[in-house]
Amino acid sequence: MPFCRLIPCLDVADGQVMKGVRFRDLRVVGEPVELAARYSEQGADELVFLDITATLEGRQALLAVVEQIADHIGIPLTVGGALRTLAHAEAFLAAGADKVAINTAAVEQPTLVTELARRYGSQAVVVAVDAAAGEVTTHAGTRGTGMRAVDWAREAEARGAGEILLTSIDADGTKRGYDLTLTEAVASAVTIPVIASGGAGSISDVAAALRITQAALVASLVHSREDGVTWLRDGLRAQGVALRDV
Amino acid sequence: MSVAIANYGAGNLRSLLAALRRLDMDASATQDPAVIAEADHVILPGVGSAASAMATLRHTGMEAALHSRHAAGRPTLGICMGMQLAVDETEEDGGIACLGLVRGRCIRLRAERVPRMGWACVEPWGEAFYFAHSYSVNSADAVATSEGVTAAIVAGAFTGVQFHPEKSGAAGARFLQQCLSAA
Repeated sequence: MPFCRLIPCLDVADGQVMKGVRFRDLRVVGEPVELAARYSEQGADELVFLDITATLEGRQALLAVVEQIADHIGIPLTVGGALRTLAHAEAFLAAGADKVAINTAAVEQPTLVTELARRYGSQAVVVAVDAAAGEVTTHAGTRGTGMRAVDWAREAEARGAGEILLTSIDADGTKRGYDLTLTEAVASAVTIPVIASGGAGSISDVAAALRITQAALVASLVHSREDGVTWLRDGLRAQGVALRDV
Repeated sequence: MSVAIANYGAGNLRSLLAALRRLDMDASATQDPAVIAEADHVILPGVGSAASAMATLRHTGMEAALHSRHAAGRPTLGICMGMQLAVDETEEDGGIACLGLVRGRCIRLRAERVPRMGWACVEPWGEAFYFAHSYSVNSADAVATSEGVTAAIVAGAFTGVQFHPEKSGAAGARFLQQCLSAA
């Protein structure tokens, strides 16, 4: 099995990286290209960029950011948030994203997952699942769907998704740890990789998630310190987590 | 030195072009068979699906150009699916014939989780590179492996790698530099 993946997530609004609590109370944490370069330098395995404005302007701003990052940083890049159509996804892939993460659009139009996988390969298609109390939500966590996260993850896999990005909205931004029960349930329901997301407050939280699913998204935890990724990687390795040498 | 990237029309060539630009190499994406036949170096990139890539290589005339440059000993680098396209056939898309520049077959990966996604060590090189694949190549021309999977093949002027050097940070840049300057 490849090394565990530590994946900083940058939520972008109006060209700035933001962080909120349970998807609300946003504050600015930095400039995206600068942060991406720093995280890459410190040994991030991949980067995820999410447009949290869900507006045309937000999408355009993020496209420009993705182009700059693709030009300057040689590690894998996933882009998501507000990708509603095949054309949106294609614009980001053309701008230099390696993968696109789709959420609401995948729920509303599951054939989009298959279409993207057929054109770009499954490895380019991430289905982002935002779960609240085990239920899939859409529109940035504001609408329930009545679907269980486990069932939707299985369907997404069958439709051609190459990865599941699983965010627990209950845990997001709380710093109380990932929702390990949910992560375990989804990771055992599918055979594609699952990325745990939401709630990391300590090195031990990330280590616990990586023991279940070998890939974890981190935001606040690394945004809060200048040496964020280095510090987290060193701490994880000290706890016996298998990360690559950088 | 000129590097031509065979553009079979799917996905992200920007990061590959950017990686080459960072190495001060003059690279461009093309579908022109004359450019593919004559460039100092050609890269078959690693995006999309095998069937549509083969169809595009064929109808643009790039397939014949790749064969003629290979026969003339001009170097070609296949990345990820670009390597998988170089063998005789693949199980992808229900089973299709590939370029046959290299003897071998491309088969569905049997791993704990597929796509096999992430950084993994390549032996005997002793360095980690970034992989993202659901298929792998079985070939007598393998020169490096990663966790039992073929990581690199060399056959005549063709070099293929399963990992993405353009996405593998400093190790990937060193690989590209070495591979392309050997041309």
